[in-house]
Amino acid sequence: MSFDSSFLETFFGLYNDWIVVALMMCGFFIVIADGNLIKKVVGLTLFQTSVFILYISMAKILGASAPIAAEGIESYSNPLPHVLILTAIVVSISTTAVALALIIRIKKAYHTVEEDEIQRWDVRIHRSDKRAKVR
Amino acid sequence: MLSGIYGLLSATLFVVLDAVDVAFTEAAVGAGISTLLMLTTLSITGRYEIQRPKIQSQIALVLTTITGALLIYGTLDMPYFGSTDSPANAHVADYYLSNALGQTGVPNFVTAVLASYRGYDTFGELVVIFTAGVSVLALLGTVSDKTMSDDHQPMHQHLILRVTSKMLIPVIMVFGLYVQFHGDFGPGGGFQAGVIFAAAIILYCMLFGLGVAKEVISLGMVRFCAALGVLLYGAVGVVSMLKGEAFLNYSVLASDALVGQHIGIIVIELGVGITVAAVMISVFFTFTGSAEEDDSAFDASSPSDATESNSKQVSQ
Amino acid sequence: MENWLMETFLWNNQQLPVLQIVVPLLAAPLCLLINHRWYNWLFTLAVSSFSFFVAALLLLQVSQEGAEPISYYLGGWLPPYGIEIRIDQLNAFVLMLITAMSTVVLLSAHTSLENKIEIAPDKNTYLYVAYLLCLAGLVGILLTGDAFNLFVFLEVSSLATYTLIALGRDRRALWATFQYLVMGTIGATFILIGIGLLYMKTGTLNMADLAQRLPELSESRTIFVAFCFFIVGVCLKIALFPLHFWLPNAYAYAPTVVTAFLAASATKVALYIVIRFVFFVFGVEFSFTIIPLEKVFVILGTLGIIIASLVAIKQQNIKRMLAYSSVAQIGYMVLGVSLSTAAGLMAGLLHLFNHALMKGALFLALGSILYRIGGVTLRHMQGVGKTMPFTMAAFLVGGLSIIGVPLTVGFVSKWYLLQAMLAEGWYVVSIIILIGSLLSVIYIWKIVEVAYFKPALPNNANVKESPLSLLIPIWILVAANIYFGIDTRLPVALTEQISIQLFQGVAIP
Repeated sequence: MSFDSSFLETFFGLYNDWIVVALMMCGFFIVIADGNLIKKVVGLTLFQTSVFILYISMAKILGASAPIAAEGIESYSNPLPHVLILTAIVVSISTTAVALALIIRIKKAYHTVEEDEIQRWDVRIHRSDKRAKVR
Repeated sequence: MLSGIYGLLSATLFVVLDAVDVAFTEAAVGAGISTLLMLTTLSITGRYEIQRPKIQSQIALVLTTITGALLIYGTLDMPYFGSTDSPANAHVADYYLSNALGQTGVPNFVTAVLASYRGYDTFGELVVIFTAGVSVLALLGTVSDKTMSDDHQPMHQHLILRVTSKMLIPVIMVFGLYVQFHGDFGPGGGFQAGVIFAAAIILYCMLFGLGVAKEVISLGMVRFCAALGVLLYGAVGVVSMLKGEAFLNYSVLASDALVGQHIGIIVIELGVGITVAAVMISVFFTFTGSAEEDDSAFDASSPSDATESNSKQVSQ
Repeated sequence: MENWLMETFLWNNQQLPVLQIVVPLLAAPLCLLINHRWYNWLFTLAVSSFSFFVAALLLLQVSQEGAEPISYYLGGWLPPYGIEIRIDQLNAFVLMLITAMSTVVLLSAHTSLENKIEIAPDKNTYLYVAYLLCLAGLVGILLTGDAFNLFVFLEVSSLATYTLIALGRDRRALWATFQYLVMGTIGATFILIGIGLLYMKTGTLNMADLAQRLPELSESRTIFVAFCFFIVGVCLKIALFPLHFWLPNAYAYAPTVVTAFLAASATKVALYIVIRFVFFVFGVEFSFTIIPLEKVFVILGTLGIIIASLVAIKQQNIKRMLAYSSVAQIGYMVLGVSLSTAAGLMAGLLHLFNHALMKGALFLALGSILYRIGGVTLRHMQGVGKTMPFTMAAFLVGGLSIIGVPLTVGFVSKWYLLQAMLAEGWYVVSIIILIGSLLSVIYIWKIVEVAYFKPALPNNANVKESPLSLLIPIWILVAANIYFGIDTRLPVALTEQISIQLFQGVAIP
């Protein structure tokens, strides 16, 4: 097995995307696997931020500067993904705020923020629903 | 704490990648607001956690691996990092870079695109924030109204902190205004300014207690401001409609198109700033409000009490 | 003064498309300021009716012979540099459906929300604000011709939906909302990834521009992945079978008005996104030949129909039962799309329309029962047929429509779906559709049996028929169910035109 130059080229061309994917999957894993609701939200944030990096890194042009017009600068990085991500960040913080507010309410209603315990509670209620079947 | 560091780190990364505006926002949001909210929530929920069965995480691992592999497969055809000729940087973006300054008179391309070319998107974004504010108020709002009279001061003993912050708060506010109105030329704009402005109030609130802060700014007023910002933004659009042009076409706001663009951008950024600040403040008020209520009422409601009320709910 | 307003504003066709979105968007903060139960309701109702009116005008405008799709350049910037509102028959059709359903559902909202079982009395304002925001978000998704803008409005509608569901009194509503929030955010982020990858390869976000640039990139792996992520993300929102876990709980514990509105609109709009992207942006060729979307959708659709129907039979809570039935019905629509023929797409669209009518009627009827009796488990339903004859009769018609009995709308769409299937020689799938109908007979029968053939519970024996303000909207929908079941010309002609257009690609000038 030998590393030919095309592999290296691919690697250095795409390493930013691969980092993003790794980060993304960390977040995604936490969301699915973790039972603690707060950790789920942290996972979601991580997942979303990694997407931000994906967008921003595609906008970067080597040797270019920040997209604010100034004299003597010829090439700028792409402003459009920046705009999109500004919007996406706002969306993300909004979702986080709502999620956390929900968690506070859940804590007050269930006295726990663990997915499994909440589900156990609800199963118990379900059973009592079923006991009250049609006579 | 870690999430704050994470936020700052990603902000730094964005600076390296030339996205100064995004970095500014991420620093304010990732390192500031979201960390603050996380901590408040944690203080309510506690740090307790149970072990989950392994099978769950195995399933998750399989799922993530599949998704990750799919994404890596997709990256193979992507343009390389930093390349100048990638399609993303050619088509629409090129148009902005060569025309934005002439058409809008705003040297910060990000602001030009954000506020003018994609102003409708930004309007949508503002509505998202507004929705989040409404949502948080609907979820926690009525809870905190009861604790209005609460007057205990959390940091009563820290004299130095109180004095320095009294000096700092006006400076922060002035900085907020600077960011608000300088967004055309440098990084900044309504969103960041709103967050900074809210931060000043939140700092005040942390040091002098929620009760005192609410005397200065009532929840009703905050709610009003949140609505006002959205209406202000919308009003700009409606005015341009009344003048017979498309929604949010700023060029008709003044006799000269460039001046019109400038007026439009300033007003909508102001709208964004007002709503963002109001929503951030109201979110913080309601979060801490329910945290304080939790402290005082936690012993009163024993678990058995709660079970009873639950079963009542079910029997309904 | 008034004349001038009328001329420049309402009758000026130029501004119609944007009024559709601006009015509900600006109404939401105003509603927060009004903060009065009665006025809020009236105001929301007025706004929703106005939207419906505008939608109808728009549909008329784009349905004329040889009419071009309407384009509206927001901010006066030409697409693809600015954002464009783009209305063709497809979105005008869904738009009219959504706004009509929203208006009818709202008619009953005021009375229904008096009930303390539905919502805490002091939260009424928030409900109306969130309702308007949700409507605005959905309308925004339908109108926009820009992929990223679609994401923004998707989030507006999602956040508003979370609020609406969390306003339910049962504490399980909170947990349901959280589940939905997590799933929904994952879905939205997947969509964001998809859009990002598309942008990376094409450099544009405008849908029509994307549709022009994508064909030459059809071999690209990045586009393949973008497609997968986008579709999976939207399927989370439609609640397509294995991704449906959030839906039953969310529907069951939300206030009933909200459930009726969401059942008639939210999943429909998500399905619209699928149709828009599969047929318009990516194109039929790419979606069905390069990507085996057909097989995936057929398998998931049929599995969804069978399994969700089976689960529905086991439910005691009728709201949950109908929610599972919704998951099954979504299976039918997806099957229609998966046929990848004009006839199949038409059947899917027709079912989208009809399902909104029947589920709207059913949930509103349930809301009326909940209003009088205070619960909607099977036990509560005992004897309702006698105590509340009009409500229950409406429920019965809705149920028959779900089953697909002739003379109801349910029959029409299933008929067209079966025809489209048989034309392609999909005999096995056709049989599964019939089995699905049989399963729905079982669960609808369970309710009917209890309602008509069991004596009422002692404390429900003296229940009166619900007030007219609840009955009228229910019967409007029931009448629509029967009318469009007999006189099928309007929806059939519309959906036929839409699908023929999409298949010829004429929608792209």
